[in-house]
Amino acid sequence: MAVDDSAGGEGLLRAPLVIEYPFNRTTGPVVGAFVTALRDRRVLGIRGADGRVVCPPVEYDPQTGAPLDEMVEVGTSGTITSWSWVSQVREGQPLQTPHALALIQLDGADTAMLHVVDAPGPESVSTGARVRIRWSDEPTGAITDIACFELDGGAS
Amino acid sequence: MTADDRGDRSISTLPEGLWTQPTPSVPVDLGDDPVRRQVVPASMRYDYTPGLASTRFLRGLAEKRFLGERCPETGEVYIPPRGVSPVSGLPTTEQVEVGPKATITSFCVVHIGFGFNAPPTPFVSALFLPDGAAVSLYGTMGEVSHDQVRIGMRVEPVWVDDDQLTESMENIRYWRPIDEPDVPAEQLKGHM
Repeated sequence: MAVDDSAGGEGLLRAPLVIEYPFNRTTGPVVGAFVTALRDRRVLGIRGADGRVVCPPVEYDPQTGAPLDEMVEVGTSGTITSWSWVSQVREGQPLQTPHALALIQLDGADTAMLHVVDAPGPESVSTGARVRIRWSDEPTGAITDIACFELDGGAS
Repeated sequence: MTADDRGDRSISTLPEGLWTQPTPSVPVDLGDDPVRRQVVPASMRYDYTPGLASTRFLRGLAEKRFLGERCPETGEVYIPPRGVSPVSGLPTTEQVEVGPKATITSFCVVHIGFGFNAPPTPFVSALFLPDGAAVSLYGTMGEVSHDQVRIGMRVEPVWVDDDQLTESMENIRYWRPIDEPDVPAEQLKGHM
């Protein structure tokens, strides 16, 4: 039978396809301590070889590769060091309303972590703005125990 | 979802001295139940379209038919068809029904199943060359012990009930042996 493509895409099949990897990973001693502390609404960083505090903590020094072992508690408030506005929210993102995606340097830390900031609009967000953690109501020992950050002063 | 739901398995230990990591000092009490594992799903959601040729193939499957397409240069029939011949690069212009009887060209005994449709282990996954086709379809074997499966074995598909047929490879529940002599392996060269 001759193939007939003259109808083009008419009648073309189409279906949702989800490719999902349900990784079950071990946390290791450092990330394990970090997420365990989040469950208790505390944030831990780790002291690097040069004395700087890396948060979220890493197992090996970013510069030298040496194993790190001195965890330190940092604050639950911090400062936005960089950000962009997410106007079109996609499924699975931490917030389902338009929000900022920001690098946040927590008080006592020397590096920034990526998280979302719940804010009414891009005009209310700025580099240098103070933010604080809004904790999840049901902590499970995961990064999502930080529901989001909110602007200090309660703008949101 | 807990780790146990995912078929949790113990982690092998590395030989002493191969890899070590210091236990961190932690300034706060982590309690008796520190987090050791996490399920971290990564998912990608697509709106998938198989294209014109594979759409024809899938519509054929809904009628329990295997519809391949012929390369105009070599005459070989490819299945599932992609609209072009993988050998000559020319558009395929003729639709050809192949199978449903087929020959096993390769197989593997699976001891760790995964996926929500995986049969109980051990099972055999295999490549099935439909009669008249140049390439094989992937599937699983049923109605036979895993140690009885061999290259060259003749098989046929077992379809889902007619009211369950859709445009999907899942219409084939599994393949089963049929009472025909094996095909010599030499005849299967180049058809895996």
